[in-house]
Amino acid sequence: MVNLPEESLIVVESLFKSFEDGEILKNINLNIKEGDLVSLIGPSGCGKSTFLRCLNCLELLDSGYIRIGKVELNRHPGQKPDEKMIATAHEMRSEVGMVFQSYNLFPHKTVLQNVMLAPVVVKKMNPDKAREIAMTQLEKVGLKEFAGKYPGTLSGGQSQRAAIARALAMNPMVMLYDEPTSALDPQLVGEVLQVMKALDAEGMTQIIVTHEMQFARDASDYIVFIDAGEIVEYDDGDILFTNPKKDRTREFLRHFNGMGMAVNC
Amino acid sequence: MKKIKKIILSVPLIILALVLCLAAAAPSSAAATMREGVLRWGGDSEGGFPYMFPNPANSDELIGFEVDIVNEIADYLGLEPEYVNNAWDNLIPGLSRGLYDIAINGLEVTPEHEEAVNFSIPYYKTFLQLAVRRDDDKGISEIDDCHGKEVGTLKESYAEMILEELGDVNIHTYIVEANTYEDLQNGRLDAALFDSPIAIYSAGFNPSIKFVGRPVGEITYAIALPKENRELLSDINRAIVSLRDSGKLREIYDRWNLWSPMMAELFNDYSPRAIEMTRYDEWAEAHRPQLSMTGRLKRYAGFLPAFGRAAVVTILVSVTAMAIAILLGLVLAITRVFAPRWLAAAATGFVEFMRGTPVLIQLFFIFYGLPNIGIMLSPFWAGAVGLGLNYAAYEAEIYRSGLFAIPRTQWEAALALGMTRWQAMREVMLPQAIKVVIPPITNDFISLLKDSSLVSIITMTDLTKAYGQLAAAYYDYFGPGIMVALIYLLIGLPFVKFSRFAENRLAEQDAGGKRGSDYNFYRSSTRWL
Ligand SMILES: Nc1ncnc2c1ncn2[C@@H]1O[C@H](COP(=O)(O)OP(=O)(O)OP(=O)(O)O)[C@@H](O)[C@H]1O
Ligand SMILES: [Mg+2]
Repeated sequence: MVNLPEESLIVVESLFKSFEDGEILKNINLNIKEGDLVSLIGPSGCGKSTFLRCLNCLELLDSGYIRIGKVELNRHPGQKPDEKMIATAHEMRSEVGMVFQSYNLFPHKTVLQNVMLAPVVVKKMNPDKAREIAMTQLEKVGLKEFAGKYPGTLSGGQSQRAAIARALAMNPMVMLYDEPTSALDPQLVGEVLQVMKALDAEGMTQIIVTHEMQFARDASDYIVFIDAGEIVEYDDGDILFTNPKKDRTREFLRHFNGMGMAVNC
Repeated sequence: MKKIKKIILSVPLIILALVLCLAAAAPSSAAATMREGVLRWGGDSEGGFPYMFPNPANSDELIGFEVDIVNEIADYLGLEPEYVNNAWDNLIPGLSRGLYDIAINGLEVTPEHEEAVNFSIPYYKTFLQLAVRRDDDKGISEIDDCHGKEVGTLKESYAEMILEELGDVNIHTYIVEANTYEDLQNGRLDAALFDSPIAIYSAGFNPSIKFVGRPVGEITYAIALPKENRELLSDINRAIVSLRDSGKLREIYDRWNLWSPMMAELFNDYSPRAIEMTRYDEWAEAHRPQLSMTGRLKRYAGFLPAFGRAAVVTILVSVTAMAIAILLGLVLAITRVFAPRWLAAAATGFVEFMRGTPVLIQLFFIFYGLPNIGIMLSPFWAGAVGLGLNYAAYEAEIYRSGLFAIPRTQWEAALALGMTRWQAMREVMLPQAIKVVIPPITNDFISLLKDSSLVSIITMTDLTKAYGQLAAAYYDYFGPGIMVALIYLLIGLPFVKFSRFAENRLAEQDAGGKRGSDYNFYRSSTRWL
């Protein structure tokens, strides 16, 4: 096993992933420290979502190495997934919280039941305990009064905050967000970003795929720019936005120029 | 006998061939399993008058001259007779299956029959009887006068064959005897040709119809037994001879007005009638006058207990079959989606096979075919399992489409929370899928309720069978038909209502919004991981 800096919570090495129509992720290497908030940006179709899905094994990587906390997944090129690898993938999923663009709340359960479900089913937690934890999380995202409501009755911003509470209830080591605000009306974006900022203040490690450049720049410890399945640049927000080293980054950021981004070209 | 007809003629023949093949291959288990002291005898309660038919005065009681004969034989042999009902077309396969020790119901001694079973010595011999209108203006007095005339008879019967041989006759075939004589009466036909007992009991008491001509052809009836049981055969023969010689059989034929010169010759008994034809008179009395409306309604009310019992059979077999279908369907659907590929392929094969073959064949196979490999199900379980297996295939497809109606993002959200595939299935996918599948499954139940009428062919008295029996006994397919249709509707109604209710509920939930990708979870790569 490769020897890596002790302080990294997340380590990704030589990660490759292809689908039938081609190689989507080409040799991704990334280290993330505990407590960091990292934004992933890049053009549509460059593989941001695929990368996140590899991190919680919704897609199994083709080859490479992922470590999250103490859970390690290593796959050699051409290696067949075996029982052990699948068990590890499963373990990794329970260390990682995931928030989807489309919330994906369970429509047949109330908000409270959505949040309680995984602790009870996966961790076999006593329902009373799970309810207590769920209420704490709902309070944190400001949805305490909505506990008894069904997801169909919530606004987009409320739905997304409920989804965050649901992921948090599993006490994950890392939170992954795939464009959490893209489906929201502009006036609702703020309430979700607020939650993420609060979590950052608590020391939660978070990886966010986003098109909210202003937020990425203000809140992130690091911004990762991905293009065509490769990490092009990886830097502090202000530096990346004001003084990108690579032409491809500059090109991408130019699109956001009109939106008030100060890009130094 | 009168009907080599029936809707499903070819099926029993296929099954019969199959049974014979299997019987040849495997050591047969069909030796008469005579229960100590009991003579199990098979017949068809719809076999028709005067052979055997429900008593018009009390539809629970089976009467007919053949019933009397069996009772005499059993009495002579010191056995307790026990009646087993079976469709006429299946009487002989039923013998091979060991459903009963003997079969009697106008079974003719023909070479084809003799290949499958043994026959006793004949107990009755008869002929075809020509009938015309009393005020006949067509000059028909013999069968040969039928050239160029309109003649009616039963579909696919011996009489039809005779008429065809005659040539140059406009033959009209019927399913129901009564309709033939009605058409003769109203002038649509010029003559009707039927087995003499049927003619006597259909028109013998009708003042506007008369019988003409010499006897046509020859029909011989005997009791059928399984080939293996030679011992019982000689017992039965002994009984027939003795009952003939003691005049017991003659008494039966006199009571039923079925004695004829042909019988006198067969039994070598030329003595005059000694007793009254009481049974025939009862029949004629019941059928001669047209019933008044209230009389009719009273009679229909009398059908209710029989229909009630039959409805219970229909409901029980349908509910049991549906329970099997719902559970097995779920197993099949989950197997198709999750099991190793070879097992999934096997489930797919099962589904396609069950959907691709007629349920009628499946029922016949289970009831008559499986005993050859030692699987002997009661009629109830054969019916419930047969229908259950068939519908399971359809339910599996409904579940599968229900599962695919749930967006794949739901599946991924559950997995992302650390659930195993089974937990995700149980907690997230199935509860949502079940809501989607309730309306179509309820609809399927309604159609299963109707398909359950097929169990009447494997000796069960369900609603359809009860209708056939009552209608045949009273010559009345109209009133009982409306009654039975209403009963089916009544049974189905709660399920129709429930289906509506479930559909509305679902629509409400949808308005609440299931959001997510168009892709269903079937497309997710985690399906196999
Ligand atoms: N399950 C899959 N099967 C086949 N191809 C896929 C699959 N998932 C993603 N892809 C392809 O991989 C490429 C990268 O997709 P991905 O969703 O990771 O992009 P993205 O960077 O998240 O884009 P966007 O900003 O539009 O969300 C796309 O071309 C997509 O069509
Ligand atoms: Mg994406």
